[in-house]
Amino acid sequence: MVGVPLFFDLALIWGPTVASFFFSFTNWNGIGAITDKNIIGLKNYESLFNSYPFFWPALEHNIIWLGFLMFIATPAGMFMAVLLDRELRGTRFYQTVFYLPVVLSLAVIGIIWRLQYAPEQGFINNALGRTSNENLIDWLGSPSLNLWAALIATSWRHVGYIMVLYLAGLKSVDPALREAAKVDGANERQTFLRVVFPVMAPINVVIVVVTTIEALRAFDIAYIINGGKNGLELLSTLITNNSISESSRVGFGSAIAVILLVISLGPIIVFLTRMMREDRR
Amino acid sequence: MTGATVPRGQVPAPVNRRPIRPRRIALHAFLLFMAATWLFPLLWAAFSSLRPYGETLRKGFISWPDVLSFANYPAAWTRGEFPQFYLNALIVTIPGVILTLFIASMVAFAVSRFTWRFNLFCLVLFTAGNLLPPQVIIVPLYRLYLLLPIPPPLSDNGLLYDQYFGIILIHVAFQVGFCVFVLSNYMKTISRELTEAALADGAGVWRIYWNVILPLCRPALAALATLEFTFIYNDFFWALLLMKSGDRRPITSALNNLQGQFVTDFNVLAAGALLAAIPTILVYFALQRHFISGLTLGATKG
Repeated sequence: MVGVPLFFDLALIWGPTVASFFFSFTNWNGIGAITDKNIIGLKNYESLFNSYPFFWPALEHNIIWLGFLMFIATPAGMFMAVLLDRELRGTRFYQTVFYLPVVLSLAVIGIIWRLQYAPEQGFINNALGRTSNENLIDWLGSPSLNLWAALIATSWRHVGYIMVLYLAGLKSVDPALREAAKVDGANERQTFLRVVFPVMAPINVVIVVVTTIEALRAFDIAYIINGGKNGLELLSTLITNNSISESSRVGFGSAIAVILLVISLGPIIVFLTRMMREDRR
Repeated sequence: MTGATVPRGQVPAPVNRRPIRPRRIALHAFLLFMAATWLFPLLWAAFSSLRPYGETLRKGFISWPDVLSFANYPAAWTRGEFPQFYLNALIVTIPGVILTLFIASMVAFAVSRFTWRFNLFCLVLFTAGNLLPPQVIIVPLYRLYLLLPIPPPLSDNGLLYDQYFGIILIHVAFQVGFCVFVLSNYMKTISRELTEAALADGAGVWRIYWNVILPLCRPALAALATLEFTFIYNDFFWALLLMKSGDRRPITSALNNLQGQFVTDFNVLAAGALLAAIPTILVYFALQRHFISGLTLGATKG
C-alpha cells in the first residue's frame, strides 16, 4: 500500500532532488554519459556568484517578491479575513469575489492583466491617456516596472488565497475568548491584537510558510510576461532558461536549483517541525 | 456572559447597536470598493471579449460600446483549437485526480491507522516533496523523461517526454504529498476502535480501507477532488517543460502559444482567456463549499 507510492515519490521527486545536487558539480551538457572529465567541482557555483550577470538580480527579485507578498499581500489577505469574520450581510459574496482569482490559471491571469498593462491597448494607459509613442508607459517591457506589474497581478491571486486560509483559522478560535475580552472591555482592535492573534500562532506560522514557498516558486507569471528575462529574472526562470529551453547547461542550471533548494529548506523545515510537534500531541 | 453586564428587563438591542451603525456602513463601503477593484480586471476582460475589435480601434479602448456580441468567442474557439485543448486537459486531469486521491488515501490510511517504524518518515517525505519548488527537480526530471524507456501502450515515442502519461505521472507524484498530508490528518480524527473492531471481525486490511475508512472520508475526498481538479487543470509549468507537441499541451500552455497569434486582436484573446477559465470557474461556483473546506483541512490541522 505504501511501497509503490513511495517508490514513485522517491523516483520522481527525491531522486531528481539528489541528482540536481550531483549535476551541480559537473559541466554536463546533457549529451552522452557523465565521465570523470565532466566533474568540475565548485566551478559552477564560482561562476554563478562571480561572473554570471543574472544571478544576483534574480536573487534580489526573489527577495523583493517575498517581501512584497509578506508585507503587503499577505497582511492584506489577513485583514480581509478579519473584516469578513463576523455576522455580516453579503459576507459570502465578498468571500466569493476575493477568492475567485485563486481558481484561475496563472496563464489566464497573465492574459487578464495584459489587457490592463498593454502599452497601447491596455486599460491603464488608456485611462491615463498615455498611449502615444512619446509618453506611453511600458508596464511589462520596462525592466524597472515589470517586476512590480507582475507582483500586482500575483497579489490579486495571493490575497484571496491567504484570506481563505486565515478565515478558516479565525473560525476555529474559541468564541468564548472573544466574549471574555469583550466583557473585560477590550475594543475590537485590542481583542484581535491581544487575544485572537496570539491564539492563532499555529496558523500564522502556516501563513508565513505558505507565503515564503509561493515566493520561491514564483515562475508562471514571469514566464508568461516575457520568459523571465529583462527585469523579471527569478531563480526559477534562470534554472529553466539555462538548462532546458535555450542551452543545455545542465550542471550550471542545477547549481541554481541547489541554491533554490537550500533556501526552500528553511520554510519546509519550519513546517515539518510544527507538523511533528502537533503529531506528538 | 453578556447577561452579567446587562440587567434583566432592559432592552439591550438598540443600545448595543446604535453606536456600531456608522462603522458598519464604513465597513460595507470599504468591502464594496475592494470587491469592485477585485472584480474589475475580470469584468474588463469580459467587456473586451464582447466588443468587435474594429469598433474598439475606431472609438478607443475605453468607450461606450455600440455593439456587444459573442462573435469573438467562436473566433477564439476555432482559432485557438479549443476542442482539442479541452480534450487534452480532460485526458490529463481526470486520471490525474483519481490516481492522486486513490494513492494518497492508501498511504494516508497506512500511515494514520497503523503504527510502524517508518510512519513519520513517510509522512515527512511526501509532505516535504509537495512543498519543494518544482523548479528544483525539473532539470534531472527532464533528463529522466528523455532517457527512461517506456513501452508503447503508455507512450508512442518510447519515452515519458511529450506524453500524456508522463504528465499524469508527475502530477500524481507531486500532488500525492498534499493529499496524504490532508487525508492522514482527517483519518486521525476517525476513532481507532472502528479499525480494531473491524479487524476483530476478521476483515482484511484492504476491506477496512475500502469499506470502512474511505466512505467516512468522503467529505475530505470531495474537497480534495475539487482542489486537485483546479491544480492540475491550471498547471502551466510541467506541461510547458515536459511536453513539446503544441497539440498535446493543456489549455494553459496553449494560451501562451496563442498570445503571439492574437497579438493584433486583444478582444479575441480576452475571449480565449475566459473560455480557458470557464471550467474552473464553473467548478468553483458549483462546489464552493468543498473548495473552502479543502484548503481549511490543509491549513488548520497541520
